[in-house]
Amino acid sequence: MEKRVVFRSAWLPYALLAPQIAVTLVFFFWPAVQAIWYSFQLQDAFGERTQFVGLANFAALFRDANYLHSFGITALFSALVAGCGIGIALLLATMANRVIRGALGYRTLLIWPYAVAPAVAGVLWAFLFAPSVGIITYALRRAGYNWDWVLQADQAMALVVIASVWKQISYNFLFFLAGLQSIPRSLIEAAAIDGAGPMRRFWTIVFPLLSPTTFFLLVVNIVYAFFDTFGVIDATTQGGPAGATQILIYKVYYDGVKAADLGGSSAQSVVLMAIVIALTAIQFRFVERKVQY
Amino acid sequence: MLKFALAAAAALLSTAAQAQIEIHWWHSMSGALGDRLNELATNFNASQKEYKVLPVYKGSYPESMTAAIAAFRAGSAPHILQVFEVGTATMMSARGAVKPVYLMMKEAGEPFEPKNYLAAVAGYYSDSKGNLLSLPFNSSTPVFYVNKDAFKKAGLDPEKAPKTWKEFGIAAGKLKASGQVCVYTTGWPSWVHVENFSAWHNLPIGTKENGIGGTDTQFTINSPAHVKHVSMLADFAKQGWFTYSGRTNQAEARFFSGECAMLTSSSGAQANIRRNAKFDFSVNFLPYHDEIKGAPQNSIIGGATLWVMSGKKPAEYKGVTKFFTYLSSTDVQAGWHKATGYVPITNAAYEATRKEGYYEKVPGADMAVRQLTNKPPTANSKGLRFGNYVQGREVIEEEMEAVFSGKKDAKTAMDDAVRRGNDILRRFEAANKN
Repeated sequence: MEKRVVFRSAWLPYALLAPQIAVTLVFFFWPAVQAIWYSFQLQDAFGERTQFVGLANFAALFRDANYLHSFGITALFSALVAGCGIGIALLLATMANRVIRGALGYRTLLIWPYAVAPAVAGVLWAFLFAPSVGIITYALRRAGYNWDWVLQADQAMALVVIASVWKQISYNFLFFLAGLQSIPRSLIEAAAIDGAGPMRRFWTIVFPLLSPTTFFLLVVNIVYAFFDTFGVIDATTQGGPAGATQILIYKVYYDGVKAADLGGSSAQSVVLMAIVIALTAIQFRFVERKVQY
Repeated sequence: MLKFALAAAAALLSTAAQAQIEIHWWHSMSGALGDRLNELATNFNASQKEYKVLPVYKGSYPESMTAAIAAFRAGSAPHILQVFEVGTATMMSARGAVKPVYLMMKEAGEPFEPKNYLAAVAGYYSDSKGNLLSLPFNSSTPVFYVNKDAFKKAGLDPEKAPKTWKEFGIAAGKLKASGQVCVYTTGWPSWVHVENFSAWHNLPIGTKENGIGGTDTQFTINSPAHVKHVSMLADFAKQGWFTYSGRTNQAEARFFSGECAMLTSSSGAQANIRRNAKFDFSVNFLPYHDEIKGAPQNSIIGGATLWVMSGKKPAEYKGVTKFFTYLSSTDVQAGWHKATGYVPITNAAYEATRKEGYYEKVPGADMAVRQLTNKPPTANSKGLRFGNYVQGREVIEEEMEAVFSGKKDAKTAMDDAVRRGNDILRRFEAANKN
């Protein structure tokens, strides 16, 4: 028989929920509603003159070929960040899980980058890859490779992906490691006795058993790529060259915070909100079916 | 008893402190420039007892402007705000948020003569009737730096920097042949190669006197001359004569490290170059195209001015006027000019610095002023005022990058810049109509 604890009081459960709901309302729903409200308005920087313009902000956005272009950029960027981030973290976690001596040291080092702020991560990588003085640039030049992300779109994209992935690997690593440790050893040992090699054991036992973790990380990483990476971009390429790393969130930040165009920036964040809601819904609807809990 | 005395003393002290009127000044000067700025405030505070100027560093130019906008919306704006030149149109249109400097001076009965300020500086920040709206503070202009040692090595006369872009091309070829890795680079691509290129050749950047005449302005930077110039730069890039370094001042480090032999960037970079360069260098006028009639005209400024925010008490405005008079005084200006490399904003300060023999001692320090005052400014060369120009400049720089990386030809890129820029101008016009 299922055991259930039920509150007898009518108001107590609501009272206990209230703080959480209040935080959500104030810090998530209120700004979201405000963004939607501003997206229908045209305002001067100081907010002295406000006009209701209906969908004009959205119309202006979708007339702009560069805005449409940044959808493609964002898709590529998110796929690379989520794909590389999850792939590399999984590899590292599987390796770290096999290490017996000094395991704690390895794990600590691997988790470290998570404590670094995105902007700092961006600056670090920008220094390493700086077009004239960066150490890695220097090494690449000696190897005969022309590293110049200030003008080369692909290199700029590579740079922001590397910086963003590096930042997120620790987080992914932590979850994978926990996931790996919860897989019963007996299963793997049984497979080994049956003659399954390490690769086979990984793909037929470990990977399917990790799928809830992988799925969770997929959602989190895509949200990360969409929303949390503007610090990295601001510290390195600032959307350049010629808009090659202009992802949607960076344009929201740039137009709103730096250029004081509240209406345009709000319209963009509403579009972004719609995309992420849709993406998350799709992930839960279709990808989750393949997950084995 | 002792306690009582202490309390009384504390009370007295606090009333004395309260009697002093505080003036909040938000700025964006970091590092050595920030130290100089703090000195200005400290010296002013020491010079009198009635007012106390409190400078606060609020981050980069766009950051401090955003902070001030947020503060204004919340009703707690500072008295004085340092705003960069591209924010001028936004500040001017915020009629309820700012107090024009000429008006504040008039109301406070403070003697104030706009003619004392350098025309090329004051013109940028005046309305179409010639009223000064904000107080010029730190102004610079792009100049042309040459590594004399590299010139010598290439067999060029180090005392003769190229004057025209034709001469520039010849020098660039020789520098390249001498094994120079990076021949030429530039800071601030739009400011140097579009805005100042236009003024220097007496070409309009936009209609309506570059936007000074009204918000219904349109960009004109896709003229044949503009396209030709950008396309020339792209050619230089292809031949390895021009290396692109980014949208702000990244190029300056490449010059003073010796990597690049020639540089166009802010005159404000001089102090840094002088400190870091291990070679002889010269400061020169920007090169020009001699086939364009009337060139060279005069260059235009960049930098920032001090805007006064609205809604403060008359006594506080009185304090701001006293502080502004102090800042514009000859000694203070000449000192600021020499310490920072920014242009002296008054004619008197320039004269005083010249008479004292400073420009013989530090050759090149007067190049910026001489270039700004090369000829009396025309409608094309007195400045520019485009709404949302933070975004506008970004568009221009994006399009220039597309040309330099070979993705677009110069004509397409400049046409796109005009089209996209005009969209931004129309949004600003719509948001700021009465």
